[in-house]
Amino acid sequence: MNLANMNLLTLSMLLPLLGAAALAIAPKSNVLLTKQIALATTALVAVVGILMTINFDFNTKGFQFVESRPWIPAFGINYALGVDGIALVLILMSVLLTPIVVIAGWNESEGGRWSAKTFYSLILVLETMMIGVFASTDVFLFYVFFEAMLVPVYFLIGGFGSGERAAAAVKFLLYSLFGGLLMLASIVGIFVMSTRYGNRTFDITTLASLHTVLTPMMENVLFLGFFIAFAIKAPLWPMHTWLPDAAKSATPGTSVLLLGVLDKVGTFGMIRYCLTLFPDASKTFTPLIITLAVISILYGAFLAIGAKDIKRLIAYTSISHFGFITMGIFAMTTQGLSGATLYMFNHGFSTAALFLVAGFMILRRKSSTIADFGGLQRVTPIMAWSFFIAGMSSLALPGLSSFVSEFLVLVGTFTRYPVAAVIATFGIVLAALYILIPVQRALHGPTTPGNENLPDLTLREKVAIAPVIAIIVVLGFYPSPVLNIINPAATTVISQQGFTDPAPTNSEGK
Amino acid sequence: MAIENYLYLSAILFTIGAVGVVVRRNAIVVFMCIELMLNAANLSLVTFSRINGTLDGQVVAFFTMVVAACEVVVGLAIIVTIYRSRRSASIDDASLLKR
Amino acid sequence: MTMVTNNGLVYLIALPLFGAVSLLLLGRRADKWGHLLATALSAGSFAVGLFQLSEMLGRATESRPVTQKLFTWISVGSFNVDASLLLDQLSICFVLLITGVGTLIHIYSISYMSHDPDRRRFFAYLNLFIAAMLLLVLGDSYLNLYVGWEGVGLASYLLIGFWNQKAAYATASKKAFVMNRIGDMGLSFAIMIAFASLGTVSFSGVEEYAHHASEATMTAIGIMLLIAAVGKSAQFPLQAWLGDAMAGPTPVSALIHAATMVTAGVYLIVRSNFVFDAAPNAQLLVAIIGAITLIFGALIGTAKDDIKKALAASTMSQIGYMILGAGLGPAGYAFAIMHLLTHGFFKAGMFLGAGSVMHGMNDEVNMRKYGALRKFMPITFITFGLGYLAIIGVPPFAGFYSKDMLIETALNAGGIKGILLGGTALLGAGITAFYMTRVMILTFTSPKRWDDNQHPHESPILMWLPMAILAIGSVTSGFLLSRGDALKHWLEPLFEEHGEHTELLPPIVVSGLALTMVAIGVAIAVVKYQLSDVDSIAPEDVSVFTRIARRDLLQDDINEALFMRPGQALTSALVKVDESVVDGAVRGIGQMAMGSGSALRQTQTGFVRSYAMLILVGAAVLIAAIWVVTQ
Repeated sequence: MNLANMNLLTLSMLLPLLGAAALAIAPKSNVLLTKQIALATTALVAVVGILMTINFDFNTKGFQFVESRPWIPAFGINYALGVDGIALVLILMSVLLTPIVVIAGWNESEGGRWSAKTFYSLILVLETMMIGVFASTDVFLFYVFFEAMLVPVYFLIGGFGSGERAAAAVKFLLYSLFGGLLMLASIVGIFVMSTRYGNRTFDITTLASLHTVLTPMMENVLFLGFFIAFAIKAPLWPMHTWLPDAAKSATPGTSVLLLGVLDKVGTFGMIRYCLTLFPDASKTFTPLIITLAVISILYGAFLAIGAKDIKRLIAYTSISHFGFITMGIFAMTTQGLSGATLYMFNHGFSTAALFLVAGFMILRRKSSTIADFGGLQRVTPIMAWSFFIAGMSSLALPGLSSFVSEFLVLVGTFTRYPVAAVIATFGIVLAALYILIPVQRALHGPTTPGNENLPDLTLREKVAIAPVIAIIVVLGFYPSPVLNIINPAATTVISQQGFTDPAPTNSEGK
Repeated sequence: MAIENYLYLSAILFTIGAVGVVVRRNAIVVFMCIELMLNAANLSLVTFSRINGTLDGQVVAFFTMVVAACEVVVGLAIIVTIYRSRRSASIDDASLLKR
Repeated sequence: MTMVTNNGLVYLIALPLFGAVSLLLLGRRADKWGHLLATALSAGSFAVGLFQLSEMLGRATESRPVTQKLFTWISVGSFNVDASLLLDQLSICFVLLITGVGTLIHIYSISYMSHDPDRRRFFAYLNLFIAAMLLLVLGDSYLNLYVGWEGVGLASYLLIGFWNQKAAYATASKKAFVMNRIGDMGLSFAIMIAFASLGTVSFSGVEEYAHHASEATMTAIGIMLLIAAVGKSAQFPLQAWLGDAMAGPTPVSALIHAATMVTAGVYLIVRSNFVFDAAPNAQLLVAIIGAITLIFGALIGTAKDDIKKALAASTMSQIGYMILGAGLGPAGYAFAIMHLLTHGFFKAGMFLGAGSVMHGMNDEVNMRKYGALRKFMPITFITFGLGYLAIIGVPPFAGFYSKDMLIETALNAGGIKGILLGGTALLGAGITAFYMTRVMILTFTSPKRWDDNQHPHESPILMWLPMAILAIGSVTSGFLLSRGDALKHWLEPLFEEHGEHTELLPPIVVSGLALTMVAIGVAIAVVKYQLSDVDSIAPEDVSVFTRIARRDLLQDDINEALFMRPGQALTSALVKVDESVVDGAVRGIGQMAMGSGSALRQTQTGFVRSYAMLILVGAAVLIAAIWVVTQ
């Protein structure tokens, strides 16, 4: 196969695996070489991701960079890849975040149960799976990536985390496996149904018309199998309790990948699988899901306000943010869906910034309890500013990227479900509290004894955090590049659902 | 002689074997009882083969014999090893898997 | 109507924004010259503003507004918002106020903050504020305004907490941000309703639909805008943050918490005149909120001993007047803006004066520890005194014109409403005269109450020059703006025509009444403070009313009892629920699995014979079952 003609998607998935293979041969003693290989590989993948974005034609509907090879022909399973705008921005986010995580967590593998080689191999393998899970256009292939992704994360948390890392890793694994099991049942169901109706396939485009022949009952059951798996992943209240534990125990870099990328698989799956495959069931369950989403928004915010540990706090803010994303998705308006997708993209970076800076802080103070910090703004101004900007992004300050997405979600939801949007908007006041309380406790006030001599960010740490903050600021003022990619895909999904945006209710007099 | 009598014999042999497995403690005896059950089954297979007039049962009986022979090899080896280490052929003493 | 495009508008914002970004990014490297750059950029923005004004004056009335589209900001489906700027007769007033007063305060701060090691950071924040405030008044849609709206909130948060190494100051800044966010929520709702029901969020778009949409819709939008204004302008019931906001350096109090940011609510309501004109109920509510706050703030002002908090209470009260004016419809908009402009001069001047006093008194803020400063700080006394005469409304100083117009318009609003609103405004004028006279007497003219290690002295020229310029504004601005109804005619094209209004009392009688109230207020204060001794420690044996007023009319107690403590209780309850119920259920499932495992483990005895027995029984049961089923 000629490398030049190779599909960019496959290439981007192959590169990390090659990197992992190189790591396997590399000498165990040379830790620096290990890190360099990992960084070079992830950077290369990021370049491929950017190339892909440049070559993406956002005027065409449907999937691009399509590739399909038979994998298990007996069951109609293909190795089928392709991206629409929604998947593309998520892949872009993943491949941009991974090298940043490698740079920021340059010494994260220390203190682990295994060597640095293992750590970076796991990260690289995880990267392949992250791309695969967004790029699959075959339901079975998606499922394989969805489940296989758990393995590296399990070892990353259990082997390199801190505190009760083993328990947290098991909790994460069991939760996810439970969801995966339900999804597997639904996938088997889809296979049986598609066979029964004469088209034995797992192809997502073909399956999109399957719902026309399903009984409502069957469609609801299959929908729930997928949805519960995604709701655990996302995570939606009340299936969220694995996240704070996992985020607290994982290394900051792993937490970035976990909350920034892996959890997006849940919300991405809701769009790609729940909405596309089961539009009628989606409609049936929308009131319930919107309710859960609104509860998540407020509940996550309240728990974040009450959190005493900075990593748990960030995890709870994410639960609140995922509530916004889910609400936007099921609002079934272009603003809601585009906003939710943009939200996923932005949340990846704002959470990454928060977690990375929190990681820097924890590294210096050897504690993740918020009360142990204090007065950092005067001791380590750059670190404090980074945390502050990341926090402002998390509370969706206008001018930073999260505002655009959060506002789109709220506006999009308001046009169809005003009550839900109104309740959710109270989340922005709570957001001010859950960000400003840790900001005050950690950065302001008199310097806590013992913190006077904490060093500020090193050059490496600055290099890691600077691009994240740059993206947050630039997309706040100029989100069009990302929105232009998302919009056509979002419009397609909405029209497939048979929805049109509600017309302005009060302008007919004109 | 009625062909059913072979089946009755087979049933009796199987029962004797089964009771032996449950009741006896000596591993060698238990082993012999298992062999008895296998052979009771063989007898049934051959009998049914005769009744149906096909060769399937006979073939399976041969299979059983081969498998039984293998099983004896492995089983006896295990018993001998256990006897060597624990100085006992009583199967009640070999309850290591409980913990 | 196609509007004139002007590509120069962006420089108004770009200059100070550049200053803020570069000073923050350069860090310590800019310590030596950062304040000069910031001041120059602010002055540059003022110059651009003046240039725009001269251009605007040269055009015919109908073509005065100009726009500039920068880029497409958000475009999803039918939701399209451009980042574009709009400069019209209303926003030019604000642009000049913000950059003009802002530049003066930059100059003042060069000296005031000269001993602070973080002076560069202070100037970066000031420039950030100027940029955000300009965006607020220049945005051509509610969403653009929202960016500036929260931007000034951020700048205010940073500046209130400028000395956030003190825990109380950090808390004050957080409180300001959170209470502002409650107001911001109102603005969010207004934008959502506007988009859902009208399909547009731009000013011109909403104006176009305003008369075709149902009154209920416009009332909803109006009330939500009012909530936003209430939060930003510290109006009742979201007023509690303003007093604490005095934690910031005094120039900040002058610029943000007196002259500009807190008046953004007035701007929002006047800008949205088409909404309120189509929603009379919302408009009435605006007037009522304004009336309540003007009394509320004035009452707090009578009891405060902290000079900055007394001035903050006064600001709240004066903005109450503006909101009241804005709630009176087309008749009052111009006067609300006029009072806003004159207030910008005299209140900023007085705050700078207070800063000058603090500068000379080792940062003492308690007026009971002042006294007789007239001799030691003559320039401060004169400039502060001119501002004082302006705020209590003595002719011909600025406040007389603007406040008198507001009182008159309120009285003429018609019927019982007019009498109530106008009466409140008159009463407020009296109380204002009382508490401002009290401030004057306690600070400048009463006997000295400070100990001998204080060495009061006049401030350097960089500080008193801005005060002097603002004092000139306090004297002349009212006369200039109202001469021949200049401001009214200038703004008129933006507002709807209003019909003939009834005249309850002739203007001369209204002025007489107002002056009488003022005279009574001044007289009481003189008797109470000038002619009798003042304790240097606040007396404890005071009336219940004074106690309540000292506690800011219980605003914090009420907020704590109604929101903060229940909120904290809810938070800790939810933390427990999450731990024990939600996660408990999950752990319960895990424990159930482990429990059933250890129960079943009992059957695993390890005896081969019992396993064999079980197998046998199992096989027998299976065979029996098959037999039963096949029978």
